[in-house]
Amino acid sequence: MAEAESVLGPLAVPAREGAKPFFDQVHDWIVTVDHKRLGIMYIVYALVFLVIGGIEATIMRIQLAIPHNHFVSPQVFNQMFTMHGTTMIFFVAMPVMFGFANYLAPLMIGARDMAFPRLNAFSFWMSALGGIILYFSFLGGSGLYGAGSAPDVGWFAYAPLTSQAFSPGHSTDYWIIGLLVSGVGSIGTALNIATTILCMRCPGMTVGRMPLFTWLNLVMSGLVLVVVSPLTAAQIMLLLDRYLGAHFFDTQAGGSAVIWMHFFWIFGHPEVYVLIIPAFAFISEIVPVFSRKPIFGYSIMVAATVTIGFISLGVWAHHMFTIGMTSYGNAFFVASTMAISVPTGIKIFNWLGTMWGGKIVFKTPMLFCIGFLFQFLIAGLTGIMLSAAPFNWQLSGSYFVIAHFHYVIVGGILFALFAAFYYWFPKMSGKMYDETLGKWHFWLFVIGFHLTFDFMHIPGILGMPRRIYTYEPGRGWEIWNLIISIGVVFQILGTLLFVLNLVWSYFKGKTASNDPWDAWTLEWATASPPPEYNFATIPEVRSRRPLWDLKHPEDPDWKYE
Amino acid sequence: MAATTIALPPVEMPLPHEYRGRVGMWCLIIAESAIFTIFVVAYLYYAGKSLSGPTPAEVLHVPWFNSVCLFGSSFTIVMAERAIARGKTRLFGIWWLLTITLGAIFILGTAREWYHLIFDDGLTISSSLFGTTFYSLVGLHASHVIIGLTGLSTIMIFTALGFVKQEHAPKIEVFAMYWHFVDAVWVVVLTVVYFVAR
Repeated sequence: MAEAESVLGPLAVPAREGAKPFFDQVHDWIVTVDHKRLGIMYIVYALVFLVIGGIEATIMRIQLAIPHNHFVSPQVFNQMFTMHGTTMIFFVAMPVMFGFANYLAPLMIGARDMAFPRLNAFSFWMSALGGIILYFSFLGGSGLYGAGSAPDVGWFAYAPLTSQAFSPGHSTDYWIIGLLVSGVGSIGTALNIATTILCMRCPGMTVGRMPLFTWLNLVMSGLVLVVVSPLTAAQIMLLLDRYLGAHFFDTQAGGSAVIWMHFFWIFGHPEVYVLIIPAFAFISEIVPVFSRKPIFGYSIMVAATVTIGFISLGVWAHHMFTIGMTSYGNAFFVASTMAISVPTGIKIFNWLGTMWGGKIVFKTPMLFCIGFLFQFLIAGLTGIMLSAAPFNWQLSGSYFVIAHFHYVIVGGILFALFAAFYYWFPKMSGKMYDETLGKWHFWLFVIGFHLTFDFMHIPGILGMPRRIYTYEPGRGWEIWNLIISIGVVFQILGTLLFVLNLVWSYFKGKTASNDPWDAWTLEWATASPPPEYNFATIPEVRSRRPLWDLKHPEDPDWKYE
Repeated sequence: MAATTIALPPVEMPLPHEYRGRVGMWCLIIAESAIFTIFVVAYLYYAGKSLSGPTPAEVLHVPWFNSVCLFGSSFTIVMAERAIARGKTRLFGIWWLLTITLGAIFILGTAREWYHLIFDDGLTISSSLFGTTFYSLVGLHASHVIIGLTGLSTIMIFTALGFVKQEHAPKIEVFAMYWHFVDAVWVVVLTVVYFVAR
């Protein structure tokens, strides 16, 4: 790679300075406004919560492995599924996506930092505070009259279960305030990412040349702005109900429990796209590099993403078919939900088109991308099944739904995330990860994932409802539940190898070059890890693959675009 | 690697960095609009569904004077922006102070209206759905006015101490965008609360 580095000329970076004392380093991290450090803090914070949320899932799967089990009490089980869902969505998936966007977006557009570095730090600490408030409920949840209890109202917290009458004490308040506070952080970060991508681009980085990663994160940020705010509004209403005796969701005073469902899912469904669009962003960067071809259909990819973002704002009530809407309402939400599969299908075809005829390199990130493509397709297919209202009436609230959305979130988003971790680990740490361990992680996780979530569809079709504490033997559910729980063992092993790989490689791994994958976007033009100022001189861009142009001045891309 | 033989074409300049304040404020305004939308939807959805208590037609009076003051403050802040852009800091201070005064009149007017509603008409946030939605929507807007007034006053203090110069005009302009947004929201809230759902 020395050759490639030499062509970078003015982009080359001087060596780093020596290490500081430990407490100075900690202090530097706490007061930092550097987008790379904040990005890493977001990611590490999300990883910690990933482990916590994973432990909660494991407790549920031990409880459900055999019928009539009493591994935990029903109260604890309710807390586990509430905390698992809330943690994974708000304190794992969102921060980790923000972390990658924070770290990579300025680098990819040739900027020295985010548009508002201090707002960036503020947003991170707000998100962190939200997570701490939520988990403090384990200690202080019931206020003065108990040893503490976590919220147990489910992650979508349907009214009137959340009213004072049915949820006394403070556990629900911790849930509300935790999400409210982290929501402020989310809006701040989304505002920052959008502004950065719009205003901080280097010369020549026109919107038609931005890496797809930045395009997709721009769409994600726009979605966050319009969908997290409704959740904030609904949480404010719920707080008014609980503390000041307001009647928004109080059916006895004429309020409506259904309107909470609307407000929640106006947030809740686009939220899925807030998480999956950054996952698409990872896939759109990694697949071309490991197929040794530029992305197929760049502008169509952008158009499809914007379309997905737009349609996703009009599908929320497909979570509510069973409450009994009018036939027009049903028809609208069936149609809009099915319509969203068209741009999504276009994206899958484009990734396949990128791989088609390419020289595919089967490194760990690419393996996870391929896993993503298959699994996300299946997740989409069960999604189309569930979008048909009559089918939904049968299976809403069953394990089939759980299987479907875990297929999206684990099989889609988490696989894309693992791909991103392996792909950008050399850039962030300056070290190479261990390829063998990575492949072990991939195969263990694939096996575990399919054992758990393929077989989860079956008890759903057999009628097993979600959120049940235990079940009777003799309904044909036992064997499936056992297989589901066995799959968890493989997933835990895979995740342990992943963490081990990252930690071991960080301390003992081989030093990574600046551009280990021979990639084309600007983050690979600077040192690994990049210096605080990112680029010694601000780069100039003339095509969608600026690094290709630098490495191949005799055959640059800009001649053909 | 062969030496570069092809002359590099010139590069286009994307949106300049100086726009970031305005773009960021637009993002905040979009997010805030979404919050207000939900409260307005709740207000309209629950209009006329109260089981008890005074109805809007019985107790609400259109706050003409208040509204004129708030809308007027949008005008005075524009004058202040123009003054600072031309470097006239004293004139800026006068218009800015006038803006604060008009905003303060609005918030005091709201306080008087609420006092009257609570103690004379018996309408509270917990008395009926009308009370719930009225105080939360108008209160959400009023809290934005208070945040705006806090910001305005902070800048006023800096101006009085002589820190605000012509070079700060772009930042003043970004802050003024927020104040304009608060005014624009009042158009919606006023229409919905005092006319549409009366």
